[in-house]
Amino acid sequence: MAGAVVPAVRIQREDFDVAAEIASLTKGRADIGAVVTFSGLCRDEQGALSALELEHYPGMAEAEIGRIAAEATDRWPLQGLTVIHRHGKIAPGENIVLVVAASSHRQAAFEAANFLMDYLKSRAPFWKKEHRADGSEGGWVEAKEADDRATDRWKKQGE
Amino acid sequence: MSTKLIYFAWVRERIGKPEEDVELPSGIETVADLLRWLKSRGEEYENALQYPDVIRVAINQEHVGHREKIAGAREIALFPPMTGG
Repeated sequence: MAGAVVPAVRIQREDFDVAAEIASLTKGRADIGAVVTFSGLCRDEQGALSALELEHYPGMAEAEIGRIAAEATDRWPLQGLTVIHRHGKIAPGENIVLVVAASSHRQAAFEAANFLMDYLKSRAPFWKKEHRADGSEGGWVEAKEADDRATDRWKKQGE
Repeated sequence: MSTKLIYFAWVRERIGKPEEDVELPSGIETVADLLRWLKSRGEEYENALQYPDVIRVAINQEHVGHREKIAGAREIALFPPMTGG
């Protein structure tokens, strides 16, 4: 069962519909007992941000997220996995990223979704640039060391 | 044989172009060698690659470390630490 699941990975400019993505994983099946979804949204801080612009590496973005998703299906008994990452200009309150993990039991789904997000943050080739509400250039968002540490905790002994 | 170099985010902005084809001189064997050579190509490269340790590199669309050999690379991408998710 594990490893038989083919993750669905999509890199797109358009928004996604969380409910529709859950439905497409569970439709017509009675063996899924748990669905965990994570959505990441563009967050404004005190009205200073007009948008985030997400640059990505076409080709590698799909390939790298595919590799991370395949590792998740190897490590946890998942029955379905969908990962969507948007690029382009995204306004505060809009969706950026979605992970949907389906399994028989909740623990695998929770852990796989958590793992996916930690790895997406530090290994998926995307870069965020801020556009400020006052029209000035906001600069590139800096990577957080805490995100690298979050990724390290999933490493197996000896890695 | 020419190699395609691709730049993203502030590495792209500082170098001033998204990509270029280069003929690597002999003696450039690893990613670290490549970064050192690029840095010597002009002010814009010096500016982008001032702190080579922070630069992340992918060969043929896979992450690699700075000690990786670049023989046979068709496409080498240089970029800052990623901030997706």
